[in-house]
Amino acid sequence: MHTSEQLDATFAALADPTRRAILARLAKGDASVMELAEPFEMSQPAISKHLKVLERAGLVSRGRDAQRRPRRLEAKPLAEATEWLERYRQFWEGNFRRLDALLDELKFGESKPSPARRRGKTS
Amino acid sequence: MNAKTVQVTTPSDREVVMTRTFNAPRKLVFEAWTTPKYLQRWLLGPEGWTMPICEIDLRPGGAWHFAWRNSDGTEMSMRGTYKEVRPPERLVSTESWGPEWPETLNTIELREENGITTMTLTILYVSKEARDNALKTGMADGVEASFGRLEKVLESMGGQS
Repeated sequence: MHTSEQLDATFAALADPTRRAILARLAKGDASVMELAEPFEMSQPAISKHLKVLERAGLVSRGRDAQRRPRRLEAKPLAEATEWLERYRQFWEGNFRRLDALLDELKFGESKPSPARRRGKTS
Repeated sequence: MNAKTVQVTTPSDREVVMTRTFNAPRKLVFEAWTTPKYLQRWLLGPEGWTMPICEIDLRPGGAWHFAWRNSDGTEMSMRGTYKEVRPPERLVSTESWGPEWPETLNTIELREENGITTMTLTILYVSKEARDNALKTGMADGVEASFGRLEKVLESMGGQS
């Protein structure tokens, strides 16, 4: 069961492109702070700041290895948040694809040559 | 990401905004949103649903009533009142799913350029909680997110930044 605060923290964590990129990297497997910092032109302390936001949001956890402290993606809170928007989006995209097809028909109907017509009442 | 598919955003705590382009003049898009015989062909939700009831009294203060039925007999009904009717550019209405649900205020704005219509549909809820609940319920079909899907979602979000 997730609280409203959890979702707020998740959405806030996702609002930053660097944090989204960190999560995408961790989705492929655990990584140390050094490994995570590598693709960015950013210092390790700067990456650590982002990691703190992600850890506070419950999206990233630390491993027990005393030396490397690898970070791990905790997918469940993230999946729940993105799941909503994605399902909602897919639901509506299904509708709009049907609307695309209908509009194509209506356009074709309008361009057909026709004698002068009277417009009927729309119901 | 295909710019032609619907974009869903939450620009404030209480809103859901959908944006999509259509390859048609806005006059036709407006008709598709306000003519029962057209709505019954596209405003259907997931596969397996039909729209047996589609009643529209298209004027400010006029009522609308839509009802859908699933192949297993489940029914869903919505009603509302039109507030503004300005073809082909603007349609504002209330929407209610029933007494235990809070009402929303829905605004459809249509802009046209070179025969392409951009639709902005804004759904305004009474509260953040109502908005979040609406996003969570009604359309779910119990599919669990797998890591593979999750990675795709993250990659697509990364691509937008």
